[in-house]
Amino acid sequence: MTKKSEVIEREEVVIRFSGDSGDGMQLTGTLFSDTAALFGNDISTFPDYPAEIRAPQGTVGGVSGFQVHLGHSEINTPGDFSDVLVAMNPAALKANARWIKPGGTIIYDEDNFSAKNIEKAGYEKDPIKEEKLESYNVIPAPISTMVKEALKDLGMDPKSVVRTKNMFALGMVYWLFDRKLQYTEDYFEKKFKNKPGVAKANKIALRAGYYYAETIEALHPTYKILPAEIAKGTYRNINGNTATAWGFLAAAEKSGLELFIGSYPITPATGILEELAARKDLGVKSFQAEDEIAGICTSLGASFAGDLAVTSTSGPGLALKSEAIGLAVMTELPIVIVNVQRGGPSTGLPTKTEQADLMQALYGRNGECPVVVIASSTPSDCFHFAFEAARIALEHMTPVLLLSDSYLANGTEPWKIPAMKDLPKINPPFADRTTTPFLPYKRDEESLARSWAIPGIAGLEHRIGGLEKTIKGTVSYTPENHELMVNLRAGKVERVANEIPDLKVHGPISGDILVVGWGGSFGYLITAVRELQEEGHKVSLVNFNFINPLPKNVKEIFRKFKKIVVCELNSGQFADYLRIKHQEFTYEQLNKVQGIPFTIKDIKEKCIKMLEDK
Amino acid sequence: MAETQIYKYTPKDFKSDQEVRWCPGCGDHAVLNSVQKALVELGIPKEKFAFISGIGCSSRFPYYMDTFGFHSIHGRATVIATGVKAANPELSVWQITGDGDALAIGGNHFIHAVRRNIDINIILFNNEIYGLTKGQYSPTSTKGLVTKTSPFGTIEEPFSVGELVIGAKGKFFARTIDTNVALSTQIYIEAAKHKGTSVIEVLQNCVIFNDGIHDTIADKEVRDDRTLILKHGQPMIFGKNNDKGLVLEGCRKLKIVKLGENGITENKLLVHDAFEPNPGIQYMLANMKYPEFPVALGVIRSVPGPTYDIALKEQIEGVKKTAKIKCMDDLLMSGSTWIVE
Repeated sequence: MTKKSEVIEREEVVIRFSGDSGDGMQLTGTLFSDTAALFGNDISTFPDYPAEIRAPQGTVGGVSGFQVHLGHSEINTPGDFSDVLVAMNPAALKANARWIKPGGTIIYDEDNFSAKNIEKAGYEKDPIKEEKLESYNVIPAPISTMVKEALKDLGMDPKSVVRTKNMFALGMVYWLFDRKLQYTEDYFEKKFKNKPGVAKANKIALRAGYYYAETIEALHPTYKILPAEIAKGTYRNINGNTATAWGFLAAAEKSGLELFIGSYPITPATGILEELAARKDLGVKSFQAEDEIAGICTSLGASFAGDLAVTSTSGPGLALKSEAIGLAVMTELPIVIVNVQRGGPSTGLPTKTEQADLMQALYGRNGECPVVVIASSTPSDCFHFAFEAARIALEHMTPVLLLSDSYLANGTEPWKIPAMKDLPKINPPFADRTTTPFLPYKRDEESLARSWAIPGIAGLEHRIGGLEKTIKGTVSYTPENHELMVNLRAGKVERVANEIPDLKVHGPISGDILVVGWGGSFGYLITAVRELQEEGHKVSLVNFNFINPLPKNVKEIFRKFKKIVVCELNSGQFADYLRIKHQEFTYEQLNKVQGIPFTIKDIKEKCIKMLEDK
Repeated sequence: MAETQIYKYTPKDFKSDQEVRWCPGCGDHAVLNSVQKALVELGIPKEKFAFISGIGCSSRFPYYMDTFGFHSIHGRATVIATGVKAANPELSVWQITGDGDALAIGGNHFIHAVRRNIDINIILFNNEIYGLTKGQYSPTSTKGLVTKTSPFGTIEEPFSVGELVIGAKGKFFARTIDTNVALSTQIYIEAAKHKGTSVIEVLQNCVIFNDGIHDTIADKEVRDDRTLILKHGQPMIFGKNNDKGLVLEGCRKLKIVKLGENGITENKLLVHDAFEPNPGIQYMLANMKYPEFPVALGVIRSVPGPTYDIALKEQIEGVKKTAKIKCMDDLLMSGSTWIVE
C-alpha cells in the first residue's frame, strides 16, 4: 500500500522499544513480535524491566525495555545489539545507547527531550551528540504533539491521550518494517470491547504513527525480512513461565493425576503460579501460601495425598525451601521444585538473569541429600523439561529440581505446538491392595523407586517421616541401616541416568574447541558457535539439560576435543561440578556475572583467543 | 455406600505395632488413648484418616497410630496437613503439634490455617516447655519461668492459644486436660464433626521438664473449683459443690458469683453459647486464668463457616462447568496460533 524509497532485505533485525516503566513498552513490544510471528518470521524476545513498579519517572533506573529479534532464518536469541531503538525519553536513550549497532536507527520522542528530562537522564544538553550518535539514522519525532493533534476531536482527557504515545511509535515501526496493522487493530477491538473510545483512540494513534513515518520519508532505509523457513505445523508464541506451567499440566493429563501447586509469589517465577491459578478449567488446585516454606510443604502434603505436586520459586525462596526438600528426599515423595533463577545473592537483582543457583540446587541441603536436577534451555523447551521433571519425579519417586532463569521465563519464541497423543504416558509406581503388608521403603529392583501408597486405600496404612527408617518404615538409628539408606537414595537418583537422552553435539563430533553450556544460555552459545563454524573454525557445542545425573556419554564426547570451555552466567559453578564428575579433563571458563546474558561477541572472542593460544 | 456403612472398630484397631516411647507418666499417653477412643465413634473408615505431625515429643504420635501418617519437620505440620486436605477433602486430617511446633517456629502457618478455615483438626499439646530439646521456655511459658535458656526467668509475655485462634478469625476452639480422657474424647469427636479448622488445646504435663505445670488447676483435689467445663446451652456452673457460676458484669467483664448469695439463682448465670458467631464472651472465657477465674475447658467456640478445601473444590467445579478448555489439546490450541505450511 505504500511505496518505499529504498527497501533493504535483511536476514534478521533487532528492535528495542524503550521508555519509562509506565510508557507501555512491554505491550508495544509484544504486539510487534506477535505481528512478526504471524507474518512467519522466527522471533525471540526479551523484556527488560526495572524491579520497581514505578521507579522515578524519567530516570535511567525507571527504564523499561522490550527487545525483539526477528529473522528469515532460525533465531535463537533476542539479539545483542539493536538495529532500531525506539526511545520515548532521554533516560531510555541513556540506558540503551551502547547497545545500538553502529549506524543503527534511533526514533525518539523529541517532545520528551526537554532540558529537565535531559538533565534527569544524566546528560548535559544534547544527548545525541554526547552519545556520539550524530552519524546514525536519528529520527526525532514530536510524538506527544502528534497524538494530541490526532486525537483532539475525541474529547479525551489529556492523560489518556498521552497514553497512546506508544501506539504512535509502534505505527512508525510497522511502516519501517512493512507490517500490516490488522493484528494490532484486532487486539484493540478485543481488549477494549467495553471501551470503544479507548479502542478507537489507540487505532487512530497507531495509524497516525504509520502515516507520519510514511510522510516524513526520513525513515529510510526500510527493512524487509522475509518469512523464515520453519517446519510445518501449528505455531504459537510462548514464554518460559507459561511453557513450564503447561508442561506440568501435560504431565498431569498423561499421568491421570490432579495437579497441585503450592507457591508464594516471587519475581521472576510468579508467572508460573499465575498461569496455573488461571487453569481451574483443567482442575488445577492452586494454593497461594503464606510463605515459601508453606508453598513447598502444602505441595508435599498434596504429594503424600496422591497429587502431582509442584512448587515454583526463585533463588531466595529456594533457600527457604531447602529443609522441606530434604524431607521430600527422606520420605521419597514425588515433587517438582522450579527455581527461576535471578541475580543473587540475597535479594540481589530480582528482575535480571543469572545461572548462579546451580550449586544451591545440587547441594544446598543438610545431609547426603541428592535430587534430580534438570535445566531448561529455551523459552519453549521449558514445556518439555517441565514435563520430563514431572515424569521423572513420579516414576522414580524423587524430588526434581527444575532450573529456569529470568531470561527464559520472560523471553518468548514461536513454538510448534505438540499434540498430546505424541507425549509418553506417565506411570507412577502405585501400591495396591495386593502389596499388603505395605512396606514403605521396599524398592523396585531396577529403578530403586519405592511405591506410592495413597491415603484412602484400605490395607495400605503406613507412616513416613523425616527420621531415618528401615525398609518397613520403622524409625532406626542403626549405623548400618543409615548408610544403606543413604546409598539407596543416591543410587535411585543415579539410575535416572539410564533413561535420559544422550548429550547432543551441535557440530562435528571432534575438533579444536568444545563449548560447554547448560540451561538458558543455549541461544547465545549456539548462535556464536554456528558463526564460528561458518567462519571455518572447528568449534562445537554441547548444552546440558540434565545436570544430575549427567548423561552417560559425556566422557566420550569431551575426549574428542582439544580444548573445553565452560560458559555460564556465574563464576564457574558448572565448571567446578564437571571437575568433580569428570576430573580427567581440563576446563577453561567463560563467565559473566552482570545480570545480563552473554553477547555473541563475548563467546566468539573467547573461542578465537583459545584458538590462537596453541 | 460408605456413608451408611457401620465400622465396628475398637481403639485397638488404631494402635500400630510400634512400641510407644514417651516417658512413663507423660501426658501424651492419655492423649493417644483418648484419640483412639474418639476415632471409633466417628463412623469413618480407617483408611481415610491421616495423622500429620511436626517435631517435638508429641509429634511421634503418628507412629503409634495404625492410620496413614506423616511425621514431618519442625513447625510445618500445619501446612503439610493443609496440602493433604486440599488435595483430598475426603480424608479426615489430624495434626499433632506442640506449643513450640505450632506457635513458635510454625506460628505463621498456624494463624493462616485458622484464617483459611481448612477442615483439619489440630491437637495442640501445650506443656509450656520444650521437652525434646530438654527444657527451654516456649511461647506459652508463663512470664518469669526459669528454664535452661531463661536462667533468670523469661521476660516475654506468653501466647494464649484461644486468644490467638479467635484473633486469627478461628471458628473452633476447645480446651481439655490430658488426664481427663472422657472430656477429651468427647471434644475430639466434636472437633472431627466440625467443618473447618478445629483447634484443641490440651493442657499436657511434661513429667521431666515442667512437671506439675498444670497441677494448680488439674489436680484431682482442686480441679472442680479451678476449672469450668463448658457445655453448649448449659449455665456456667463450677465448684466441688456446683455452687459457683459466672455472670456478666456491666456487659464487659466476667464475674464469679456464688449460687444462693445475693439472690443469685441458676437462671441468672451466663448460658454457654458455643455457636454464637460474635466471639466476645467466648474470648473472655478462653482467656480466664486461675486464680482470678476458673480455667475454661470444653468446646468454647464452634461456629460453622465455609471451609477452604470445599471452596477450592467448588471453585474448580464451577469454572469447569462453563470452561471452553476441557483438555490440554484445547489449551495448546487456544489464543493466537498460526499455521506454517
